[in-house]
Amino acid sequence: MVANVDALEQVQSLGEQYKYGFVTDIDVDLAPKGLNEDIVRLISEKKGDPEWMLEWRLKAYRHWLTMEEPRWQKVAFAPIDFQDAYYYAAPKLSDKPKSLDEIDPKLLETYEKLGIPLKEQEVLAGVEGAPRVAVDAVFDSVSVATTYKAKLEEIGVIFCSISEAIKDHPELVRKYLGSVVPYADNFYATLNSAVFTDGSFVYIPKGVRCPMELSTYFRINQENTGQFERTLIIADEGAHVSYLEGCTAPMRDEHQLHAAVVELITLDDAEIKYSTVQNWYPGDAEGRGGIFNFVTKRGACRGRNSKISWTQVETGSAITWKYPSCILQGDNSVGEFYSVAITNNAQQADTGTKMIHIGKNTSSRIISKGISTGRADQTYRGLVRMQRGAHGARNYTQCDSLLIGDQCGAHTVPYIECQNPTAQVEHEATTSRIGDDQLFYCRQRGLSNEEAVSLIVNGFCREVLQTLPMEFAVEAQKLVGISLEGSVG
Amino acid sequence: MALLEIRNLHATVDNKPILNGVDLILDAGEVHAIMGPNGSGKSTLSYVLAGRDGYDVTDGEVLYDGRDLLAMEADERAREGVFLAFQYPVEIPGVAGLTFLKTAANALRRHRGEGELDAMDFLKFVRDKADSLDINADMLKRAVNEGFSGGEKKRMEILQMAVLEPRLAILDETDSGLDIDALKVVADGVNALRGPERGMLLITHYQRMLDYIVPDRVHVLAHGRIVKSGDKSLALELEAKGYGEYLDAAE
Ligand SMILES: Nc1ncnc2c1ncn2[C@@H]1O[C@H](COP(=O)(O)OP(=O)(O)O)[C@@H](O)[C@H]1O
Ligand SMILES: [Mg+2]
Repeated sequence: MVANVDALEQVQSLGEQYKYGFVTDIDVDLAPKGLNEDIVRLISEKKGDPEWMLEWRLKAYRHWLTMEEPRWQKVAFAPIDFQDAYYYAAPKLSDKPKSLDEIDPKLLETYEKLGIPLKEQEVLAGVEGAPRVAVDAVFDSVSVATTYKAKLEEIGVIFCSISEAIKDHPELVRKYLGSVVPYADNFYATLNSAVFTDGSFVYIPKGVRCPMELSTYFRINQENTGQFERTLIIADEGAHVSYLEGCTAPMRDEHQLHAAVVELITLDDAEIKYSTVQNWYPGDAEGRGGIFNFVTKRGACRGRNSKISWTQVETGSAITWKYPSCILQGDNSVGEFYSVAITNNAQQADTGTKMIHIGKNTSSRIISKGISTGRADQTYRGLVRMQRGAHGARNYTQCDSLLIGDQCGAHTVPYIECQNPTAQVEHEATTSRIGDDQLFYCRQRGLSNEEAVSLIVNGFCREVLQTLPMEFAVEAQKLVGISLEGSVG
Repeated sequence: MALLEIRNLHATVDNKPILNGVDLILDAGEVHAIMGPNGSGKSTLSYVLAGRDGYDVTDGEVLYDGRDLLAMEADERAREGVFLAFQYPVEIPGVAGLTFLKTAANALRRHRGEGELDAMDFLKFVRDKADSLDINADMLKRAVNEGFSGGEKKRMEILQMAVLEPRLAILDETDSGLDIDALKVVADGVNALRGPERGMLLITHYQRMLDYIVPDRVHVLAHGRIVKSGDKSLALELEAKGYGEYLDAAE
C-alpha cells in the first residue's frame, strides 16, 4: 500500500532529539576484540555453521587480507582500526527463544521503546488499522525474534534469520548467497562475508504474493562492536514481496562500523520492493561518534519481466556510503531507485545507485533527493550502464539537491556508459535552496521556522516518500523534520 | 482600543527608506482601503506589518490590540491573528494545498489551546469554504500555488484567510490580475468574512474592487506616507484624476 503523503503529522514531533540513543543494559556474550582467523572460526562455531559456511567465511577472510580499503568516495574519516572492535556480541540467551514469551523482557522493552512490535497482534506505532507487519529483530550480532513465522510458513513463505536459514534451508542459501554480491566484491562486503553474524532470510515461493510487509529491525547496542548483517531475499517466479528495514543505535562518542550486505534475486515475473529508513545515530553536532554505514546492497533481476525497487530514506549515520543497485539481466526487467538523503551538522553521505542493463528492453528509473544543511557534505554518485545486448533499454535519472544554509555542499557525479546505440539515457539534475519567500509564506501562516523547513523539505521529497509503504511513510516524514533540527535560525 | 494603530512608522529596505512616517488607525469591524501609485510602499507596509525579515523599522511603533506588534516574530504574529494575502503568492512544490492549510490551521489551533483536527474533520471544515470560492478537491490536492493561474492563486489566498479566521487581514492587491467574474468570487469571499471582531486593510491600485467591497475609509499612500484620507468617494476621485497629484505633492 502506498501512502498518501500528507506531510503534516511530522510537525507534532518536531523538537525531539535523536530519541533512540538509549542503551539497553543486558548481559552479552562477546568474542575477544580483534580480527583473525580464529575469530572467524569462533563466530562460525557460535553460529553453528555447517562446514561449507566456515569454508566460505575463511575464503573471504583470506581474500580480505589482500585488499585495500577504498578511498575514492567523497567522504573523509580517520582510518578504522579493524583490530580495535568486537566482531561478535550477542545478548545472552540459552538458545534462540522458541516463542516470544521467552524473550528477555529487557529486549522486549527495548523494541517497545523503539516502536517495533514484537507481539504479533500489534501494529507499528500509531498506525491504526494498518496491515500487519512481520518483524525480524536483530540485536547487535543476532536475530532475537521473528514474528508471524508460522503464519507465513502456511503459504510457503520462509522468513527467518539467516543463521536459521543456513541450517534449515542450506540448498537455497548455497544456491543464492554470494550470487549477487560475491565474497570478493569489495573491501567491506568481503569483510562482511567473513564475519557476518546475522540478518534476515526471505524466500517467496512461486506465484505467492506475500500477504504482509516483512521487515527487519537492526539495533546496535553493544559498544565497540561492528554490525555485519547479511540479508538474502529471493522472489521465485511470479512472487511479490515488500520488505522494510529500519535501524537505530545508541548515542556514543566512538564511531561504530555497520557493514551490511543485502542481496535480492527476482526470477521471472517476480517483484521485490525493498524500503529502508536508516536512522543510525548520526554523531553529535561536532562530528563525534555516529555510525559508519558502509553497505553493499544489490539486486539481480534474473527473470524476464521482473522488478526490483529500492527506496531509501537516509537520515542517520555519521557517514553513509552505499549504492543500492540493480542488475537487469532478464528481458523487460525493471529497476528503480528512490532516495532521500539528509545530511545535517557534520554528517557525510556518498550515495546513489548502479543500474546495469543487460537484457533487452530493460528499464530503470532513478529519483534522488539530497538535502544538505549545517556543515554537511553530500554526493550523489550513480552509474547507468547499457551493455551491448541491452536493445531498447531506457533509463531516466532525476537528481535534485536542496541546500539549507551556506556551509553545506552537494555534488552530483553521474557515470553513463552506453554500449548499445538503441538504448536511451536521460539525466536531469537541479540544485536549489529553500527560498526566503517560501519560508516567510509558511511563517505568515503560523508555522515556526522549523515546521516551515520540514514542510518544504517533505514537499521536496514527496515523490520518494510516496513510494514508501504506509507503515514507514509517516515515520519517515517525522524523521525528515527531526533530522533537520537546528538547520535554520 | 483600536485593533491596529500605526504611529509614525519608518522603514527601510537595504538601507533605502521606503516608509516615511505612516499613521493609521483601524478599528475592529472596519475595512480600510489603502491606495497609491506603484512603488509608493504599499507592499512594504504589508510586509512590515507581517514581520518579514529584511524590512527594518527605523522609527515609530505599531500596536495590535494594544500590544507591540513589532516585537513579535512573523509566525507569532500569524498565530495571534495577523493574516497577509500576498500580492504574489509563493509556490511550495510537493506540498498539497490541503496539507498546507491543515498544517497552518493546526498550528493556530495549538496556539489557541484547541485540539488539532484530523484529516477527515479538517476536510469537512474546509469543503464549504472551498466550494464558495470555486475551489474543488482537485485544486486542493495540487501543490500550493504550483502552476496556478493568477485567479486561482488569489482564491487560494482567500480560502486560507477563511480557514485561519484572522483578526487582522491585510489583502495586498488581491484584485490585480482578476477578470470580473473572479473578482466577484473573491469579493464575495472577503465580504463573507467581514465581522465585528475583524479588521481589514485592502491594498489596491484600482478602485474597481471597492465597488464590491465597500470600505469604511480610504487612505492614499504616496512616497511612504499617508497623504490623504477620506470615505469611499476618495477612491472615485482617484479613479477620475489618477495619482499624478500625489506623485507631485509628496516630492
Ligand atoms: N527588496 C527590495 N529591495 C530594494 N528595494 C525595494 C525592495 N522591495 C521594494 N523596494 C522598493 O520600495 C519601493 C516600494 O515598493 P513596494 O512596497 O513594493 O510598492 P507598492 O507595493 O506600493 O507598489 C519601490 O521603490 C521598490 O523599488
Ligand atoms: Mg505591491
